[in-house]
Amino acid sequence: MSTHAAEKRSFGAVLWDYLTTVDHKKIAVLYLIGGGFFFVLGGLEAMLIRIQLISPDNEFISAQFYNEVMTMHGTTMIFLAAMPLLFALMNAVVPLQIGARDVAFPFINALGFWLFAFGGILLNLSWFLGGAPDAGWTAYAPLSILSPHHGIDFYAVGLQISGFGTLMAGINFLVTIINMRAPGMTYMRMPLFTWTTFVASVLILFAFPPLTVGLFEMIFDRLFGANFFKPEMGGNVIIWEHLFWIFGHPEVYILVLPAFGIFSEIIPTFSKKRLFGYSSMVFATVLIAFLGFMVWAHHMFTVGLGPIANSIFAVATMAIAVPTGIKIFNWLLTMWGGNIRITTPMLYALGFIPSFTVGGMTGVMLAAAAADLQYHDSYFVVAHFHYVIVGGVVLGVLAGLTYWWPRMFGTMLDEKLGKWTFWIFFIGFHLTFFIQHFLGLMGMPRRYWKFLPNQGLDLGNLISTIGAVLMAVGAVMFVWNIIKTTVKGEKVSHDPWDGRTLEWAVPSPTPEYNFKQTPLVRGLDPLWVEKMEGNGKMIPAEPLGDIHMPNSSFLPFMMSLGLFIAGIGVIYQVDHKAWWIVAAIGFIITFGTMFLRSIKDDLGYHIHKEDLEDEGAGVK
Amino acid sequence: MTHDEMLRSDNLPHEPEKATLEGKNKFLGFWFFLGGETVLFASLFGTYLALKNSFGSEEGVPTTELFGLELVFIMTVLLLTSSLTSVYAMYHMKNHDFKKMQLWLGVTVLLGAAFLGCEIYEFYHYVHHYEHTFTAHAFGSAFYTLVGFHGAHVVFGLSWILTLMIRNARRGLNLYNAPKFYVASLYWHFIDVVWVFIFTVVYLMGKVA
Amino acid sequence: MKGWMGRFRALFLLSGLTLLLSGCGKPYLSALQPKGEGSEMLFNLMLLSIGIMIFVFLVVIIIYTYVVLKFRQKKGQEDYIPKQTEGSHLLETVWTVIPIILLLILAVPTVQYTFALSDTTPDEEVEDDALWIEVTAQQYWWHFNYKDLNIQTSQELYIPTDQRVYLELTSLDVIHSFWIPTISGKMDTNPIENKNQMWIHAYEEDVYWGKCAELCGPSHSLMDFKVVAVSPGEFEQWVEDMQNVNPDAEPETVAAQEGRELFQENSCAACHAVGSSPVAVGPNLTSFGDRTTVAGVLEYDKESIVNWLMDPEKYKPGNQMTKKYPELDEEEAEKIADYLMSLKPSDIGPDDAEDGDYIKAQKDEDNNDENTSENNNEENTEDQQ
Repeated sequence: MSTHAAEKRSFGAVLWDYLTTVDHKKIAVLYLIGGGFFFVLGGLEAMLIRIQLISPDNEFISAQFYNEVMTMHGTTMIFLAAMPLLFALMNAVVPLQIGARDVAFPFINALGFWLFAFGGILLNLSWFLGGAPDAGWTAYAPLSILSPHHGIDFYAVGLQISGFGTLMAGINFLVTIINMRAPGMTYMRMPLFTWTTFVASVLILFAFPPLTVGLFEMIFDRLFGANFFKPEMGGNVIIWEHLFWIFGHPEVYILVLPAFGIFSEIIPTFSKKRLFGYSSMVFATVLIAFLGFMVWAHHMFTVGLGPIANSIFAVATMAIAVPTGIKIFNWLLTMWGGNIRITTPMLYALGFIPSFTVGGMTGVMLAAAAADLQYHDSYFVVAHFHYVIVGGVVLGVLAGLTYWWPRMFGTMLDEKLGKWTFWIFFIGFHLTFFIQHFLGLMGMPRRYWKFLPNQGLDLGNLISTIGAVLMAVGAVMFVWNIIKTTVKGEKVSHDPWDGRTLEWAVPSPTPEYNFKQTPLVRGLDPLWVEKMEGNGKMIPAEPLGDIHMPNSSFLPFMMSLGLFIAGIGVIYQVDHKAWWIVAAIGFIITFGTMFLRSIKDDLGYHIHKEDLEDEGAGVK
Repeated sequence: MTHDEMLRSDNLPHEPEKATLEGKNKFLGFWFFLGGETVLFASLFGTYLALKNSFGSEEGVPTTELFGLELVFIMTVLLLTSSLTSVYAMYHMKNHDFKKMQLWLGVTVLLGAAFLGCEIYEFYHYVHHYEHTFTAHAFGSAFYTLVGFHGAHVVFGLSWILTLMIRNARRGLNLYNAPKFYVASLYWHFIDVVWVFIFTVVYLMGKVA
Repeated sequence: MKGWMGRFRALFLLSGLTLLLSGCGKPYLSALQPKGEGSEMLFNLMLLSIGIMIFVFLVVIIIYTYVVLKFRQKKGQEDYIPKQTEGSHLLETVWTVIPIILLLILAVPTVQYTFALSDTTPDEEVEDDALWIEVTAQQYWWHFNYKDLNIQTSQELYIPTDQRVYLELTSLDVIHSFWIPTISGKMDTNPIENKNQMWIHAYEEDVYWGKCAELCGPSHSLMDFKVVAVSPGEFEQWVEDMQNVNPDAEPETVAAQEGRELFQENSCAACHAVGSSPVAVGPNLTSFGDRTTVAGVLEYDKESIVNWLMDPEKYKPGNQMTKKYPELDEEEAEKIADYLMSLKPSDIGPDDAEDGDYIKAQKDEDNNDENTSENNNEENTEDQQ
């Protein structure tokens, strides 16, 4: 399909195309738009928080509203911004990196996106329907159970819906990576981003169900009179904390491992060297994931689990520092002796290494169970996890977007503006969060609506707010860069960075079938191997033949819409039984479309060999 | 592979459920899904064990008095047998004998429905004779959530198998629907395995403790 | 418990890190200026971990700086293709083993301290005399019940400086977390049956700020309390005074007397006890006249009390007092304030914690007169430093 034809299509046609698409590249764009929107929203919430805390005893926003903003900032950033943005990159890149024409489950891939989107919308509807959730992103019971308005219900139902979507996305990537690799793409030749996607998907698969159960229990308690978290009825509030953190800790690695993967792609590319210690990088990734499942109680050192449990979880947590350290040193040694080009993505990678090292260091400090009695729930923790999430994940996403932008959109983000963006964001980030380590130890607990004068906390908070403004400026500049580049629309070649991996071997814009002929992989960094052999492009593993493609479908949208409607009905049935009708309509839509999907054959279609030959002639 | 090849019901390969890439993907993906489901039930079991016999300030009947093993034993037999019959069905699928596969799937569905009937009776009995309800106390909530989640899985599994049977009744087995049958039967086995744990952890251990 | 950690700290003192950190924050709030046994242990552990981490960070940064400066692409070298190194077993082993050793160094005291801090069995000699206090958290205030002494206070916890004080923590609504940064780490207060225990031990007399560290509702950030750490002799006197409170005593001024009547009429007494009554729907007001703050956060003066009584919602959103009593006019509120400010059953108050006078305990004096007085002088001078 040529660009000329694409331009002529009406807006309605494009919209319909995206509503029904099952193409992983378009789903990537959808995730990018969705995640980007929520990232901006979460950023605005962050700004409200920082403005409120600019000076002592400030009355900028009310206490209740502050709690809602603070809760939604955390929830939005984790579930609706960071994860979808990573999914955007995974969808855009992973199938290409393994030489696949498509993902294993294109339909489910689309369903995953729409569930996320509707879950996120449902969650944010709470702003307009009586107030957002107000019990923190961790929603500890019984505070969440006792919260009088519907906010927490939106939290539980919204996250439940988007959680299903995440689970499906995870399974899709797992099967794609296992079953769809091109000939020669063995496990130990997979690019690190693919590896980390794979491991993150395993984490999703095993970490999300406990959250699902916890959210169900919360929904049952709040909306159906159950007693899981009501102590006077025999309930136990600690169950929620366990379930939440059995999910919550792996969640950190679900976010940060793909970010590691992104940097493990960028650093070799711009050092012109293969990744140092590839196999130990893979091993470290798997080990981090494995250990990540047995450390959840380090979020609960002050709950009173006793010294034995606390000690075990403390030592287990410290152990994670070892594989993480391996990674840091491997990145450094990848650059050692290399030919380093400082492009914008590389700049992000260079900013990431010291930032994340600080986050990891404070992580080890927090792991010391006894000392955590001082750090816990103070601004020290806030500083720590922002160093991990912003210093690791957000820098990773921004780096990844800049790096793969030419792959996704065929255009190149402005390098000069990109570098400015990096510096402003980076300085703002450290200004905002470094001081918060000290604020915490100076006696400022987290989630504080206001701090009092004469407690020595004024200056630190002011600095933090100034830093936050810089970060906001940086984020705006990034968005501006995207707009500017898109309007300019200047196309670049399919391999503008001199890439090493398969995603740079396909023409730009990427054809809907990715690879006309499945490539033959002859080593780690397959494209680099061919470049060194003087071929410059991949050797095909098969003769040209018909390509099977999946049909577009509107059903994923409908299924998700159904759950969205049902969710609203379920939330409001406590107020009036008539809302059950709404819930029923929603469930009928969802199960009806599932039934339809089951009985209607969907065999896809074929792009014929002859057409492929014609097209090849047209492009070159 | 053309559409005709996918949908023809003669000349099938030995393992029709794994003969196509789509089939292999479904097979693997479904195993992963069951892995997630396992964690889901593990969390539910964890919650149940934490809240077992926990009544707070409310009156409640403890597990030792509440459960009667006779009915639960019958239910176990029903579900275990249904798992066996679904194995027969898959055996016939591999031999491309569609009629016998449908027959054994039919038996599976009947046994599953009988199980469900017993479970509904059981819940009714608890509610009306022991006032053991979902909202009475934490133990009630945990019990009905765990066993109810399993029950909901049974309902879903039954509807799924029935849908497949009816949808494909007239056209027979082919490369397109074989993986679907296979995956549905896998799901049914999983439900059965979960029940074995429920039988042990909830009922047997409840009776002993 | 000090041992080698103490020596380690001495080493650090030389490097100045301790000095640097202890300049942070206010002495009554900062965890970096420990004034108690627990917080000092934790501070030592922090210093150890910071020391190890700074070492690791320096190693990373040195390599990093070298690499970035040395191997940055130079003009004319755009096409240079470096050697594609696969890895190095030696290096990889080195950076696996060294971190493991460093972590073990950190893990040993971590486990040691974790056990030490959660050990709430008093020493055998003092077991019967050990001071046990029941801490009950509610939105958004703290209640303290001195178990064997028949004393109840709210918002301000009086403790002696010569011993560990054992706490039993619980909550009547949501989860809160009890934190006195300068004296000890924090511990959650879980609802109802699920009770936690901890001990605190302040070395120095002072009024310390305590915080709620677990999100508990809109006024989470305003759920402060104070710890009034006084010398053992002063504490003994405080106990005696508090045990002999006469809740029905007539206030001296007329305004306060009228205030007392208004206090009864406007159903304040339904929630607020004066005296050691266990009623604890609202904070116990027995020694309100000695409070350092109003409602935990407002400056202690008549104006604040009047403001609070007129509209508590404005100062602590979501508190449980709002609208639970008839509306008051300013005059009434002033009279009640007069009454409340007259409630000073003990001669011992926050001033005694802040003045640094060390008064030894009666029982110590009886036991071993000369020895203790010497000790006293020592400690006294320490206090003044």
